[in-house]
Amino acid sequence: MSKPVIATASLAGCFGCHMSFLDIDERILPLVELVEFNKSPIDDIKKFSKPVDVGLIEGGCCNSENVHVLRDFRKNCKVLVSVGECAIMGGLPALRNSIPLRECLEEAYLNAPTVDPAERIIPNDEELPIILDKVYPCHEIVKIDHFLPGCPPSADLIWEALNALIEGRPLHLTYDLIKFD
Amino acid sequence: MTEIRFTVDGRPCLAKPGQTIVEAAKANGVYIPVLCHYEGLKPAGSCRICTVRVAGRYMAACTQPVTEGMAVENTAPDLEDMRKSLIEMLFVEGNHFCPACEKSGNCELQALGYRYRMLAPRFPYLWPVRTVDAGTPLVLLDRNRCVQCLRCVRGVRAKDGRKIFASVRRGPRVAIEIDHKLAAKLTEEEARRAMDLCPVGAILRKETGFVRPIGRRKFDHTPIGADVEKGIGR
Repeated sequence: MSKPVIATASLAGCFGCHMSFLDIDERILPLVELVEFNKSPIDDIKKFSKPVDVGLIEGGCCNSENVHVLRDFRKNCKVLVSVGECAIMGGLPALRNSIPLRECLEEAYLNAPTVDPAERIIPNDEELPIILDKVYPCHEIVKIDHFLPGCPPSADLIWEALNALIEGRPLHLTYDLIKFD
Repeated sequence: MTEIRFTVDGRPCLAKPGQTIVEAAKANGVYIPVLCHYEGLKPAGSCRICTVRVAGRYMAACTQPVTEGMAVENTAPDLEDMRKSLIEMLFVEGNHFCPACEKSGNCELQALGYRYRMLAPRFPYLWPVRTVDAGTPLVLLDRNRCVQCLRCVRGVRAKDGRKIFASVRRGPRVAIEIDHKLAAKLTEEEARRAMDLCPVGAILRKETGFVRPIGRRKFDHTPIGADVEKGIGR
């Protein structure tokens, strides 16, 4: 029997959730036996090459590329999981949600004291993804099946959730595992 | 007659005349979740987290006195889900960035989120534009985190009895204002009380953030309400 396939992505996140995933420490050995990684920064596979059982999403959506990747994950993953506060509620990047986008860009690229006066320009190359008006949690863009809160979610929570999803059993989330910080 | 007999989810309980359902249930080791309610303050009944059902009717348990023979429903699944939805609404209608909040771990709204296993709210986030008032010496008022429970309005007063916090405007624009002149005279003890009264991180004593490390905070290992239920399983 082939191993369950998992994929991961970091959208508008800080990779802290991926780091927390690696905090499973020596359990990384059984993990290698347990699953096969597909598209993920962990193995640097850039494109989906087969159907994936469990997709783990870190970070919310702050630009068009995030939305594209998230929709790609939804299309290719049977089960999609929002991992961490940014994926669930926008997190730190969403602090800009109460500031108009134009103001944010002008502050960063035109008015900040460290900007070279000769090169004041808001980046507008067509290769760049378009910034969204707000940072959106993943479940406001696509259907999300499970949520793992925390900043970051503890390695124990990620490990428990991954095992439960692979075995097809309900997640056993104790009080100590559910934290919003 | 000095004691009133009533039941919570079928469990026989005793109350003193005049006691509210929340108070009487607590005396009988039954936890009814509250947020705007604070022992010693006049009940406001504004958040409705404590909603119970009696004879098919919904009522705020923090304002409703117990009457003889009352059969209170407290943990019916639909009631619990309604409470959970109220908690979710409070999360989406403010800007609650738990990871960056000084009150995290000691926050009653967050603790209710944990107790009700809120993994993600069912409602879309509203991202309201709210302001911060740091214009008083000891206290910081961050309206992003305010849930309009009015505990500060009811509980924090100057020596002559005047209110230091007040609620202004109505509906979705309702906000808490702080009287700068009166607040400038707050003592250290009064400032701490104001912070402790606030269930969330909207009122903070300045320069005391993150004093208790993760793992030693109020709700890190102990669910809210566990003290009430101690010894009596649900």
